[in-house]
Amino acid sequence: MNLHEYQAKALFAEYAIPVPQGRVATTAAEAEQAAVALGGDLWVVKAQVHAGGRGKAGGVKLARSAEEVGKLAAEMLGKRLVTHQSGPEGLPVDYVYVEAGSKIARELYLSLLVDRSAERIAVMASAAGGMDIEEVAAKTPEKILTLTLHPAAGLEDYQARKLGFGLGLDGEQQKQLRDLLRKLVKLFRECDASLVEINPLIVTEDGRVVALDAKVNIEENALFRQPKLAALRDPAQEDEKERRAREHDLNYVSLDGSIACMVNGAGLAMATMDLIKLHGGEPANFLDVGGGATAERVAEAFKIILTNPKVKAILVNIFGGIVRCDVIAEGVLAAVRQVHVGVPVVVRLEGTNVERGRQLLAESGLDVVAATGLTDAASKVVALAGGRA
Amino acid sequence: MSILVDANTKVICQGLTGKQGTFHTQQCLAYGTKVVAGVTPGRGGTEHIGLPVYNTVADAKAATGATVSMIYVPAPFAADAILEAADAGIELIVCITEGVPVLDMVRVKAVLKDSNSRLIGPNCPGIITPGGAKIGIMPGQIHQPGVVGIVSRSGTLTYEAVHQTTTRGLGQSTCVGIGGDPVRGMNFIDCLELFQADPGTRGIIMVGEIGGSDEEAAAEYIAAHVTKPVVAYIAGVTAPPG
Repeated sequence: MNLHEYQAKALFAEYAIPVPQGRVATTAAEAEQAAVALGGDLWVVKAQVHAGGRGKAGGVKLARSAEEVGKLAAEMLGKRLVTHQSGPEGLPVDYVYVEAGSKIARELYLSLLVDRSAERIAVMASAAGGMDIEEVAAKTPEKILTLTLHPAAGLEDYQARKLGFGLGLDGEQQKQLRDLLRKLVKLFRECDASLVEINPLIVTEDGRVVALDAKVNIEENALFRQPKLAALRDPAQEDEKERRAREHDLNYVSLDGSIACMVNGAGLAMATMDLIKLHGGEPANFLDVGGGATAERVAEAFKIILTNPKVKAILVNIFGGIVRCDVIAEGVLAAVRQVHVGVPVVVRLEGTNVERGRQLLAESGLDVVAATGLTDAASKVVALAGGRA
Repeated sequence: MSILVDANTKVICQGLTGKQGTFHTQQCLAYGTKVVAGVTPGRGGTEHIGLPVYNTVADAKAATGATVSMIYVPAPFAADAILEAADAGIELIVCITEGVPVLDMVRVKAVLKDSNSRLIGPNCPGIITPGGAKIGIMPGQIHQPGVVGIVSRSGTLTYEAVHQTTTRGLGQSTCVGIGGDPVRGMNFIDCLELFQADPGTRGIIMVGEIGGSDEEAAAEYIAAHVTKPVVAYIAGVTAPPG
């Protein structure tokens, strides 16, 4: 789950991690008032969306008067911001963050994440701050410093020094970095973060180390014990279909093709998409109905699939392990009774209670095409969707 | 022959009295698995689906001599359940539970480094030696005793591999679903090593997924150490980035 920058910075402030003074606003008037309240003669107006690349997309702008802050806020609010990470439709700007301007001497990069091969929290830092870190990693990997934290020991002073020297910080700044790192590690653990990224982490002209940006992702699996953070979710930033799917414990990702898929298990779902592509089709979505699928959830999955106007055919591919094939069949039938299905449906069932599932579908009088295997299912659905894309 | 579990393996179930634990343990018993007891704190001394229930894993192990525990407790308590099993000296811990927070697993893995217990999962279908023991949630009837060892990160995709080897008459020696969580117990290489050493396994199927670099590490291991034929598939070749 992603937090907005203004939420992440409020969290930073709770942990006494230095951030510039700032206020969130939902109207131009509020933004102007925020600028007056912050004082000074330089402000930054930042569109609050769950995507990187805001600066280049015009979502981060400098203002030299409170009126200008209001004007810039008015230009951003209520619009959609398209960045290289937001998708072509962009994301709605419902909030702007007004921040006191900083005098920047250096821009650094700092992030924490879980390193799956080390099975530890990893800290990554680079002197090449303010840039796209994936580009830095690809072109000049030697510019990225990495260390991992022993789960029992946490961050040791020598590790902070290693980063401090590596980033070329002086003695006083190294102390600030160590202090900031300790607080970040505490935040990461206590908040069940999956990513904390500061890009850029700046050194100001007067030598202070400050988080100029803040990106925090919270692990979905841990939200049950993070009710305060779970309440910060902003549904407006999420794909409507993906949000609905999550509410029903379904895993849905929108794609651009014409063949909708409903599959149980992420691996089988990906394999199904691979096969559709192999047969010349393009998947319209990734949809995993999960292990404990009920008839209601399968019905809901069908409804979500059908809200996509690009869908020309549907492939239901279920291998029943935990989920029984007759339950899936009942879900398919329930959905078809509730919503109009105007496109062909190919169903491939295998596993527990498969005979009962197939029987239910056959007796339904519904126009479903039965498939006997993965390849058979893929070739049939591609043909029904109008052949090769 | 097989790896890790066979018809003589004694199994306990942590979370036996819950809905998932009850249902799947019944399925395992029906398959012929020697499930000998359950563990539910506070329910010790009672009986559930014909099995004695103990308060702790240590009690259950002492009373039954079980060497394997399968875990169905809810995600918030899964890490604790794994660590309790390890502390009791359970040799093989099979954690079916999905949705375990990754930082819990970071802690668990650090502790397991100092123990002799092996962990499969979490968020996995479990392990089955066809005709011997089914420890997990896989549909038993699609399996057939045979010669192919299967190790997979994906649940339902494992069933595809099983189904295909069964319908072609090869059958399976043992199938291990290692689960797809970023931080987990046994990995491809651990299973490949066991399959290579198992005389009953004549070939190996490895099913991976995109994300992480475990498949690359496994490929290097296979090139250096595995002499049996290996077929590998990585799902998501055509998945969009991100």
